[in-house]
Amino acid sequence: MQARYRFILAILVLGALVTGPFLATSTLVWMEMTPDQRTQLKELIVPHLPMGTLLTALGFGLGLAVVRTLFRQYVQGLLRMAEHLRLMLGANRNFRVTAEDGPPEVQLVARAINDLAQQRDELMADVEAQIARAKASVEEEKNRLAALMSELAQAVVVCNLDGRILLYNNRARLEFHTLAQGPTSVASGALIGLGRSIFSIIDRSRLAHAEETIRQRLERGLPANVAHFITTTASGQFLRVQMVPVLAPGEAEAGPRPMTGYVLTVENITRSLEQENARNQALLELTQGNRAAIGNIRAAVETLQDYPDMDMQERERFIQVVAEEVGRMSRQLEGTAQRFADATKTRWPLEDVSAEDLIKAAQRRIDELFKLSSKIEGIEDNLWVRADSFSLIFAITFLAGRLADHYEIRELRFRGLSEGKLAYLDLIWSGHAMSSETFYSWEQENMQVGRESAPVSLREVLDRHGGEIWYQREKAAHRAYFRFVLPLAQAVQEVPELPAGAQQGRPEYYDFDLFNFQDTGVDLDRNLMEMAYTVFDTETTGLEPANGDEIIQIGAVRIVNGRLLRQESFDQLVDPQRPLRPEGIPIHGITEEMLRGKPSIDVVLPAFHAFCSETVLVAHNAAFDMRFLQLKEERTGLKFSQPVLDTLLLSAVIHPNQESHKLDVIAERLGVPIIGRHNALGDAYATGEVFLKMIPLLAEKGIHTLRQALEASQKTYFARVKY
Amino acid sequence: MTHKILIVDDEPNIVLSLEFLMKREGFQVAVAADGDAALEQVQAFAPDLVLLDVMMPKKSGYEVCEILRADPARSAMKIVMLTAKGRDTEVAKGLGLGADAYVTKPFSNKELVAQIKQLLAGG
Repeated sequence: MQARYRFILAILVLGALVTGPFLATSTLVWMEMTPDQRTQLKELIVPHLPMGTLLTALGFGLGLAVVRTLFRQYVQGLLRMAEHLRLMLGANRNFRVTAEDGPPEVQLVARAINDLAQQRDELMADVEAQIARAKASVEEEKNRLAALMSELAQAVVVCNLDGRILLYNNRARLEFHTLAQGPTSVASGALIGLGRSIFSIIDRSRLAHAEETIRQRLERGLPANVAHFITTTASGQFLRVQMVPVLAPGEAEAGPRPMTGYVLTVENITRSLEQENARNQALLELTQGNRAAIGNIRAAVETLQDYPDMDMQERERFIQVVAEEVGRMSRQLEGTAQRFADATKTRWPLEDVSAEDLIKAAQRRIDELFKLSSKIEGIEDNLWVRADSFSLIFAITFLAGRLADHYEIRELRFRGLSEGKLAYLDLIWSGHAMSSETFYSWEQENMQVGRESAPVSLREVLDRHGGEIWYQREKAAHRAYFRFVLPLAQAVQEVPELPAGAQQGRPEYYDFDLFNFQDTGVDLDRNLMEMAYTVFDTETTGLEPANGDEIIQIGAVRIVNGRLLRQESFDQLVDPQRPLRPEGIPIHGITEEMLRGKPSIDVVLPAFHAFCSETVLVAHNAAFDMRFLQLKEERTGLKFSQPVLDTLLLSAVIHPNQESHKLDVIAERLGVPIIGRHNALGDAYATGEVFLKMIPLLAEKGIHTLRQALEASQKTYFARVKY
Repeated sequence: MTHKILIVDDEPNIVLSLEFLMKREGFQVAVAADGDAALEQVQAFAPDLVLLDVMMPKKSGYEVCEILRADPARSAMKIVMLTAKGRDTEVAKGLGLGADAYVTKPFSNKELVAQIKQLLAGG
């Protein structure tokens, strides 16, 4: 029964109680009286009746007030409290019940409730803190792992069974970036990216075969679950790939743990394979090529020996054969030696080392061991040698030690220069000349430095390097030097710089949530949070694509699994092949000069198309940017057919009563800072951040899937504005 | 009776020695400079033994060997492959195709003659 009806009932009962007993008594007395008595009573009572009624009404009124107060305090007060309790349970945890104007009993209940709420809050806070700590430690472990991976010198890529990339390291990015050819080489690392398919880099069937091999080994319980293969890329490079399975965590009840993905270590062996081939070729030419000639000579010589009775003319012919063949062999040998000079060099593992680093390391050792001061007289800029730095430093230190022991020199000097394909490292001292016999013996003996000895001689170290050493005097300066001759390192590859802003923050080369990321392509009914997006923005010469305005910059960044991947961005200036409008320059800050030599849209668009594949496009005021892309469809044959979300329209869906949906305004509303406004990549970043903030707000409006988001966008007013 | 030997090689510098050697050892000698000529000479000259070089223009020694061995009428004819290809896989191929011996250059004249005589004696 509702409280109101109960209140009315209580009033009725009160009325009955106030009037009932008097009326009942009066009726009974009235019925037992004689008519005379009744008349007498009437005369007696009637004059006093108004006062009686007044008193009764007063009593009723009093009773009503008491009941109402009690009802307010106990029934309605408790009802209010119940609502407050609901609020405390759900929407607002910090709300507390108040009953200060209530009766003491209710106040007691309220106090007890508040104490209970306090206790609950403390418990919850504690649990939340624990969860946060656990999360942080997991996150830290993940970051440490990712950091470790990013430092590895090998290219590592982790994929799930669909071939989606969950993690890759910096090395992999560089390695695959150099593989990228044609359109994708325009933008940085368009081939590799979280959630992208590894099959665009490594042949699908090779991976499937390796996966199958591992699966079979797992089923048979064999220990080494590794598969190797060598594959070629579209650009003709050779990759040596090693696959190690990622197994589901925990113990499986029956049979082996299922495979959930794999780790690939990838090495580009094109260069070493080429060297190997060249070496084989050289060997083959030297053996096989000479067999025939030597065979001819041997047969001729033996015939000459065995048949001394032959006549002069015959003898002359055999000698002619020998002369001819020897000449042919000499020429061939010379040719082979020249052609394969590099291939026939020692196969000792050498690395590219900066001569300066090498010398500085040697200086430190020399100072530590012999307290001998040394100076660098001069090293050519960017002088790099191919060397085994450990043994070379050991050799330099060994010579310095010998000089200090035998000639008591006080100072050493270093010099580094290059000539042709060779680098000279000079170890210079003044004063004493030394005999070539002494130096010869130093060259041959096993090296010893302090208490360390090496099982190799100086000569062997130099042979390993394909190098030489000699002793020379600078008579005029009264000094002498040892000259190390080493092969110069070929053009040292500088590691390309990461795009600005990418160095900060944690590395985004991994996303382990992708282990559970099934299916490929774009599914309209998937949750917005789980999709892969390409957020992009363009800068253009003007606002009228139909009147010949062109794109001059495309910036884009990927969102995978609810994370903006700043490392996986696309940033490209485009030559519009028409003059810029001067009024646009102050807005986008791009000048004619900056665009000179940049690729045209015909080159950039295929790269951008590849960058966006299998993702949903997101842009602010997307219709404008899409118009530019669509106008090029016919010429380039590339269709951007994937779904497009517009943050302008989504903003109108979320906040229909707001006046402005400009990017800056939305960003401010949602608390997203914009850095580099009106730079395509900067705007793409901002749009991406804004979009990520919008996803939960859309969910509050019941918009969870891409299909729902697209439908809601279409219904907004702004959607009706056409370009 | 004197045995007949066909020398098949495109290099005159080795043919000179081989021809001289075989004649001095008392064989009847014919020479062919390529695979096709070798097959013609086998028809015309009917040798008891063929000294066959592997790397030749037109037809390789392997091909010639295969063709000769496909003819059962000539199963008695001996074939000695003579080549600058020295890898064991190539030796195996030569013998697999039916050559009786495989001699790699450079070879010793004496040993070659001894081997030829042994083969012709039915060894």
